[in-house]
Amino acid sequence: MENLNLFIRSIFIDNMIFAYFLGMCSFLAVSKNVKTAFGLGIAVTFVLTIALPVCWCINEYILLPGSLSWLGQEYASTDLSFLGLIMFIAVIAALVQILEMAIEKYSPSLYASLGIFLPLIAVNCAILGGVLFMQQREFSNAWTATVYGVGSGIGWLLAIVALAAIRERLNEQVVPAPLRGTGITFIITGLMGIAFMSFLGIKL
Amino acid sequence: MGNIRKRLEPLINPLSNDNPVIVQILGICSALAVTAKLQPAVVMTISVLAVLALSNVIISLMRNTIPTSIRIIVQLVVVAALVVVVDQVLKAWNYEVSKQLSVFIGLIITNCIIMGRLEAFALNNTPFNSFLDGVGNALGYGIILVIVAFFRELFGSGTLWGFQVIPQALYDLGYQNNGMMILPPMALITVACIIWFHNRKAK
Repeated sequence: MENLNLFIRSIFIDNMIFAYFLGMCSFLAVSKNVKTAFGLGIAVTFVLTIALPVCWCINEYILLPGSLSWLGQEYASTDLSFLGLIMFIAVIAALVQILEMAIEKYSPSLYASLGIFLPLIAVNCAILGGVLFMQQREFSNAWTATVYGVGSGIGWLLAIVALAAIRERLNEQVVPAPLRGTGITFIITGLMGIAFMSFLGIKL
Repeated sequence: MGNIRKRLEPLINPLSNDNPVIVQILGICSALAVTAKLQPAVVMTISVLAVLALSNVIISLMRNTIPTSIRIIVQLVVVAALVVVVDQVLKAWNYEVSKQLSVFIGLIITNCIIMGRLEAFALNNTPFNSFLDGVGNALGYGIILVIVAFFRELFGSGTLWGFQVIPQALYDLGYQNNGMMILPPMALITVACIIWFHNRKAK
């Protein structure tokens, strides 16, 4: 029940895009049509799902003060938490690299459709943001971290597909010239954010 | 005179014509999340300035030795190391603000302005020009942050830099703070208004 609650929360209330503005750059750049948006969303969800439990283990067994005690008593007082950022970004970059090679080998068509955006997932703030929030909230076990990862990923996917669908329709509308392109996209994202705020307070 | 102006181009261009936030659409994530108050916005600008200028110089110095196939990893490591330094300094110097900024200092690593400038500029230019470009882009980013934070703090909480600026008399007349401005979505709409004015002026 606890986990289900966290899952729903991370999709709707703590939505990566509308509540924290994470992954905004690729969100704005790749939302021109629904198909690519969906592909990128799936890839981000996948990386988040794997990165969170892996980083949770690293945080719990290597980085936190005293977490190295499984190596022996003399390591019990080591505190490596300042290395967190570098470790996490290395894990994410490595994961993305592996994912890229795997997709290229097993599904060349998906690889071709994602193109340049696949390696760019490594620098998508949503992934590192998810990991840092996971560290900040001190989840009690790897399973909770996984649930949070899947939830945030799906929330991101939902947001980018919704925006892409709206932007496809927008091509046929008359927009004031200075606002065309980025301006109107910002306003739409803002309005969607306000709409998503109506989910505040939902609890299971 | 014209010569100096030409040499300072990498510094001046990003301030308005080629602004990283509203023209290149880079680094939006942090630009929106830290702008509810002026103080975190300024601290964020200084942090980005330090990381961007230094990483531009370092990558530019190494630009002839980095193999292209692993350049992203090299860039990430350089940036991550600098961000760790900034993060630790901030924690020691101003713990309050560092708590307020929470994960967003760490997220400078994935700030697209940094990767974007490294890829687009530092890899092909001399260290001095890269330094100017880094400072210019960070200031361009900062300008937008400060403008957005100014309006959001003024209308959202009636304060500037934590000081009350809207007089009590106005509240007595029935004026109320617009709570909407503190909420995240209004940051997007404020930026959209800035883009609007910018494009009007550019035409």
